[in-house]
Amino acid sequence: MADNNIKVDMIQTNNKNWTRIYHIIIYIVCIFLAVLSIVPFWLMFVNATRNTIQIQANSISLIPSKYLMFNWKVFTGKDFNPAIGFMNSLLIAAGSTVLALYFSSLTAYAQIAYEWKLKNAFFSFIMAVMMVPGQVTMIGFYQMCFRLGLTNNRLLLILPAIAAPSMVFFMRQYLQPALSMEIVHSARIDGAKEFYIFNKIVLPIMKPALATQAIFSFVGNWNNLFTPLVLLTQPKKYTMPIMVTLLRGDIYKTELGSIYLGLTLTVLPLIVVYLVLSKYIIAGVALGSVKG
Amino acid sequence: MKGSKKAYSYARFGYFFSIPFVIGYVIFSLYPILYTFSVAFSDLKGLTTREYNILWDDLFKNFKTILGLATFKTSIKNTVYIWILNFIPQMALALLIASWFTDRRSKIKGQGFFKVVFYMPNIITAATVAILFNSLFGYPKGPVNDFLVMIHAIDKEHLINFALKKSAAQNIVIFIQTWMWYGQTSIVLMAGILGISPELFEAAEVDGANQWQTFWKITIPNIKTIMLFTLITSLIGGLNMFDIPYSFLAGGPDNATLTAAVFIYNQAFAGAYMYARAAAASIIMFVIICVLSAITFYLMRDKEAEALRKEMKKAEKEFKAKMKAEGRA
Repeated sequence: MADNNIKVDMIQTNNKNWTRIYHIIIYIVCIFLAVLSIVPFWLMFVNATRNTIQIQANSISLIPSKYLMFNWKVFTGKDFNPAIGFMNSLLIAAGSTVLALYFSSLTAYAQIAYEWKLKNAFFSFIMAVMMVPGQVTMIGFYQMCFRLGLTNNRLLLILPAIAAPSMVFFMRQYLQPALSMEIVHSARIDGAKEFYIFNKIVLPIMKPALATQAIFSFVGNWNNLFTPLVLLTQPKKYTMPIMVTLLRGDIYKTELGSIYLGLTLTVLPLIVVYLVLSKYIIAGVALGSVKG
Repeated sequence: MKGSKKAYSYARFGYFFSIPFVIGYVIFSLYPILYTFSVAFSDLKGLTTREYNILWDDLFKNFKTILGLATFKTSIKNTVYIWILNFIPQMALALLIASWFTDRRSKIKGQGFFKVVFYMPNIITAATVAILFNSLFGYPKGPVNDFLVMIHAIDKEHLINFALKKSAAQNIVIFIQTWMWYGQTSIVLMAGILGISPELFEAAEVDGANQWQTFWKITIPNIKTIMLFTLITSLIGGLNMFDIPYSFLAGGPDNATLTAAVFIYNQAFAGAYMYARAAAASIIMFVIICVLSAITFYLMRDKEAEALRKEMKKAEKEFKAKMKAEGRA
């Protein structure tokens, strides 16, 4: 009996040791991955504050230096205005986000609130076009804009957001359990028009979904490189990602610090927004997957 | 009677509210797609050309030209190679992290922090990430070269010029893709695992299954649909990969990171203005994506449900044959 107890004890301590090692491995891997996520950006921030001589001497430093203003002067002195890129990106990202949110919700509401003949066929259509990659539209889209003389028109980067199939899908999935038709019926009895009901009653109900989708839509449009690169040829219309690709060019090769500063300028707003909203963003990624 | 009449009168709002989407889709997606198709069968090229003719004599001329181009073949090969080599470690890492973070027996601390950090690269502009890595792998002076010297992996006389090494450039692109996407995939898989009924895990625990067995017998079969979803979205995204290879080294060195999307961009917009060829290439890519998605769906379909359906059909057939035979008799 006593013998048995000792055996059980040994197995348990063995198990405990094994679990401890297992945990240590997990933490080591996770910390390694975390370092891998942070270090490139940290090196970028630090090198943005160092001058070329320092970077050439040793490009790895974790401590900021004092040449930030110097790099800023070099950076802005070269006919390269990050403020313009920032404003263009802001305009395009905000504009397309507002359009996408509003019209996707409206389309989703039409799916949930009304019974109409083509409803299911239309929904199948939306599901099907979700799979079509944007690339196959690009040549035709460019040619269309070119013939109309509308390349370099920023509206062409905003208006397509009216039809965002995957967002319609998400909004529909959200609205289905969230909307009780009784509220809509009682509003009708009170004499509210359908359009008014959507704007004043349904949109507020959708606030959580709108917030999540707003973040993803904004970030996606802010980061988009392909479409603006194809459509925009005038430097004063350039968005942030296009300006970033210019940094690879030779003009800045001699001024390493200012390259890092340029990259920092595009990353900083995103990291700040991300850290503030990270809780919602992570939840949104998870939500999108389960519903999608 | 009254009810149906009322429902009918509201039905038109379903159409009204869908009109903006339809108009937007027709103008900004459907019409451009059809336009792309018509251009693909035409002779359109040149920066200022507006008129073009459909090549009625040899309708598939552009497709033949594209399929005969060595650079196009290289670009397809690169795209597939880069996608597969990024997807496998990405999925493996994501599965590992997702199963660790959802394991009820070993509660990992700091999960919130890790998730935020792992997902962070995904939120940053891909073009910026590519240029940043271009600088980090700089030659002769770059943090990676300096680091390799520091740990004595290479000496100061033999610094590596990553931008000129084909395999190095490809591997960096693969690394960036994996690095940017494993966090997203982990979160998606975690959501899937948390959606599995806890009773299943409890039952497995009671039956004495270890973590390894639980993972293969319960977790994996139950998140198959979500894994399929991840696979398809990653496939579509991967075959359209543009931002990273374009911004990193513009497809170089020696076309080692030239993906299909970069090829199409170069054909149409980077000096050549071969719109017809570019349109043909994008249609070929579109077809490839459709076929691959269909195959994946077919391979990952629920085999048990399929077997059951076949059994039912067989039984039905037998039943009908029997009825027929009886009817004759």
